[in-house]
Amino acid sequence: MTTKAFGLLLAVICSALVSLAAGGHWLGPEAIWHALVMPEADNIDDLLIRGTRASRTLIALVAGASLAVAGGLIQTVTGNPLASPGILGINAGALLALVAGAGLLSLPLAGSGYVAALLGAGLTCGLVWLIAMQGAGRAGPLRLVLAGAALAALFNAISQALLVVDQQGLDAILVWMAGSVAGHSLTGVWPMLVGAVVVMALGVPFLRHLNVLSAGEQTARTVGARVRGLQAIALLATALLAGNAVAMAGSIAFVGLIVPHLARRLLGSDHRCWLPGAAALGAMLLLWGDIVARLVIAPREVPVGVAMTLIGVPFFIGLIRMTGRPHG
Amino acid sequence: MGDMTIRLAGYSRRIAWRPWRLAGLSLLTCVVIALVSLACGRVWLPPGEWLAGLKRGEGAIWLIVTQLRLPRVVLAAEVGGALALSGWILQQVLRNPLASPDTLGLSGGASAAVVAYLALAAGQGGAWVRPVAAIAGALLVVASVYALALRGGRVTPYRLILIGVGMGALAGAVVTLMLIVGRAELASSAYVWLVGSVYGANRADAVTLGGLLALVLLFGVPLIRYALLAPLDDALAAGIGVSVPASRLALIGVASLLAGLAIAWGGAMAFVGLFAPHLARRWVAVSGSAQALAAVAIGASVVMSADLVGRTLFLPLDLPAGIFVAAVGAPFFIGLLIRETRTS
Amino acid sequence: MTSIRADELTLGYGRKTVVEGLTLDVPDGATTVIIGGNGSGKSTLLLALGRLLVPSRGRVLLAGADIQRSPTREIARRLALLPQQPRTPEAMTVRQLVALGRHPYQSWLAQWSQRDERMVERAMQRADVADLADRVVDTLSGGQRQRVWIALAVAQDTPLLLLDEPISFLDPAHQLDVLDLLRTLNRETRKTVVMVLHDLNLAARYGDHIIGMRDGRIVAEGTPETVMTADNVRAIFDLVCRIVPDPCVGTPMCVPVGRAL
Repeated sequence: MTTKAFGLLLAVICSALVSLAAGGHWLGPEAIWHALVMPEADNIDDLLIRGTRASRTLIALVAGASLAVAGGLIQTVTGNPLASPGILGINAGALLALVAGAGLLSLPLAGSGYVAALLGAGLTCGLVWLIAMQGAGRAGPLRLVLAGAALAALFNAISQALLVVDQQGLDAILVWMAGSVAGHSLTGVWPMLVGAVVVMALGVPFLRHLNVLSAGEQTARTVGARVRGLQAIALLATALLAGNAVAMAGSIAFVGLIVPHLARRLLGSDHRCWLPGAAALGAMLLLWGDIVARLVIAPREVPVGVAMTLIGVPFFIGLIRMTGRPHG
Repeated sequence: MGDMTIRLAGYSRRIAWRPWRLAGLSLLTCVVIALVSLACGRVWLPPGEWLAGLKRGEGAIWLIVTQLRLPRVVLAAEVGGALALSGWILQQVLRNPLASPDTLGLSGGASAAVVAYLALAAGQGGAWVRPVAAIAGALLVVASVYALALRGGRVTPYRLILIGVGMGALAGAVVTLMLIVGRAELASSAYVWLVGSVYGANRADAVTLGGLLALVLLFGVPLIRYALLAPLDDALAAGIGVSVPASRLALIGVASLLAGLAIAWGGAMAFVGLFAPHLARRWVAVSGSAQALAAVAIGASVVMSADLVGRTLFLPLDLPAGIFVAAVGAPFFIGLLIRETRTS
Repeated sequence: MTSIRADELTLGYGRKTVVEGLTLDVPDGATTVIIGGNGSGKSTLLLALGRLLVPSRGRVLLAGADIQRSPTREIARRLALLPQQPRTPEAMTVRQLVALGRHPYQSWLAQWSQRDERMVERAMQRADVADLADRVVDTLSGGQRQRVWIALAVAQDTPLLLLDEPISFLDPAHQLDVLDLLRTLNRETRKTVVMVLHDLNLAARYGDHIIGMRDGRIVAEGTPETVMTADNVRAIFDLVCRIVPDPCVGTPMCVPVGRAL
């Protein structure tokens, strides 16, 4: 197990370094070292790294890890392999906030986008929870998922209506919908980074309880787990992590759907193993998606969500085909 | 009780009264919505007036109703009903309440094919190309999902779902890529199709889709009873003489054809396929053909009402029905969820 | 006739072999009970007899024909199989579920013939679930559900009945009800019954023919009196016991002493 953990960590670090080096203009190890340790204000390489590549590398790392963990949590809570953070309405809420902000209030997507999207994601999530919780806290996982799906559909519909009527913002919104980790300054990344790290750190003590939860509600209750409380905590963490990531990197919840499956198949079913593993795999998937995204049709860029999906899906399908599953 | 048994030479059925009554009610709603749709539009035609106009067989009213509104209403009903039935079958076969035509990558495949056609051929080559591309794309993706999920001559619902979701995402990525890399005007023209609409439907559209759907149903309706058996254990189903792999393949085939046809003419409004069957399940509690019929009626009603809202509420704009499918369906669905929790 | 036999059967899942080279003749018109410890291969054997598991070697012969080569519907009219703890489908009524037992006799046109109706009503009465006919199955208790499954198998109206632990989850009274029902079916209509049971004493009381399995092989086979000896029980279960006559019916009864070391 430790070897696997070290291997993953090493792979993430290497991927991050490649991400710093890769682009229209390739940079060597010295240049990266130079830029990270003793940057000079007038060195072009340093500016390139600190100005664009460092921030997008960080965003890819954090967003990938956050979404993967969020997806793992929601799959455990609902017990449904089809669940992803999108099912809580996070993406739809963020999209609606962006579209409404850009279309109705003429807010610029670049500056206020993160806050608007975070707000939209959070509010939608809360609304889903409220709907599912109607009636003395009997929110079963299925009800939650259905409420989320319905609300997501509703909000997407409103966004679509706004977009069809006013096609001016369509291009920028399409780019956001496809996911993008570029175009943020290094200082703009800090709130997101700190938020994700804090939520993940606070969540570590709950990992072992998730194992109990995944054994089914009744079993969990009989061994003394407080199921509703755990579900609420897991959902809150899901909403925070995914909302945070989506607000920064766009609508790329797909990481949250497939990476947990990859992680479980590679690392077994113990949440203490696979959930951190999912974080590493998610970060790596998004990093490589971004690296490919800026290389394939350079100097233009493919949306990171697209590149990541094109890379991730063949892996995913191959893994599902290779490993069996005792029941199903 | 109130059950009824029908026995004619060689034909026999047991009809449970309650589910069929509920299914009948949803059909009735469907008919009422269709009549209202025919009456509403840029010009309001009270039922008496358009009935009279129809009898006359000519004139402006006759033209508006039969040439403009009727094909559109019929097409909307066909698209909604087919997607709903497809979703209902898939939810049974995949044993997952979240399954819908999206789950097996159907909408994704159709969208990718249509957008590719719009990008490469810029919409040339006749009216038939787009539907054909959509169906071909949908079936290609489903076939590859099935082939990839196949292991030792069998597929399990679980593997089908995961691989379907993966392939759907792949198709979605291809669509996004084409929209962003492609020409500027592609995005807006494709977007309307992707949202789903029954714009400018003419009689040929309605008749062609209706005919093709009827053809699929000819094979599909006898298979409904296998859809009822699908949630059973594989062992138990095999024990009563069902060939599980064959029935699963046949049902997925029927569901794919239904959804593929609907998407080809109505665009990717897959939400109908997710939630119309759910409404039907909650409305007609007992699983059976009555429930499937209710799903069809609900799906048709939703798309018809969505189209009605889209073309009347925002005059002079004519908005795509796909937008309002969720706007009409979701609040209803959420209301149902809330009410159900209160009573249980 | 319906005689079923296994010929040099080797069974397994993937690469793991569970049963190897097993030959078995199920006596016609009798109640055969398979006993054995957990993982001894008894359920696997039952699945293979019910054509649900394809043997890696050997054949199962139903009335002389290879069961894997016969049409599955035809087999379903001769052989009913009740698996262990089937998943309960949502939103089906008891009557709907029991009526599924008539599936092998139905076509798209004829889905509720008089015979179907008669067999379903009778099966529900016999399994004591007639009162529940219009209830939805997933609202029933575990024991009620088990009786619904048995009614389904009975409605299938086959000369051969295979049941995997049909009385787990039942209270003692209903356990006896089910076993009595199976015995009645066996005696009145000469149905051949093959079942896996965990309760040795009920096995001895209700079985005409007992098969004791261990590690995928048949260790002992014969009448309850010949199979239920202290030596055999020890060989099958590693259990030390004393055999005394059942005070009610005189069949051998096993009183456990402890685990053999």
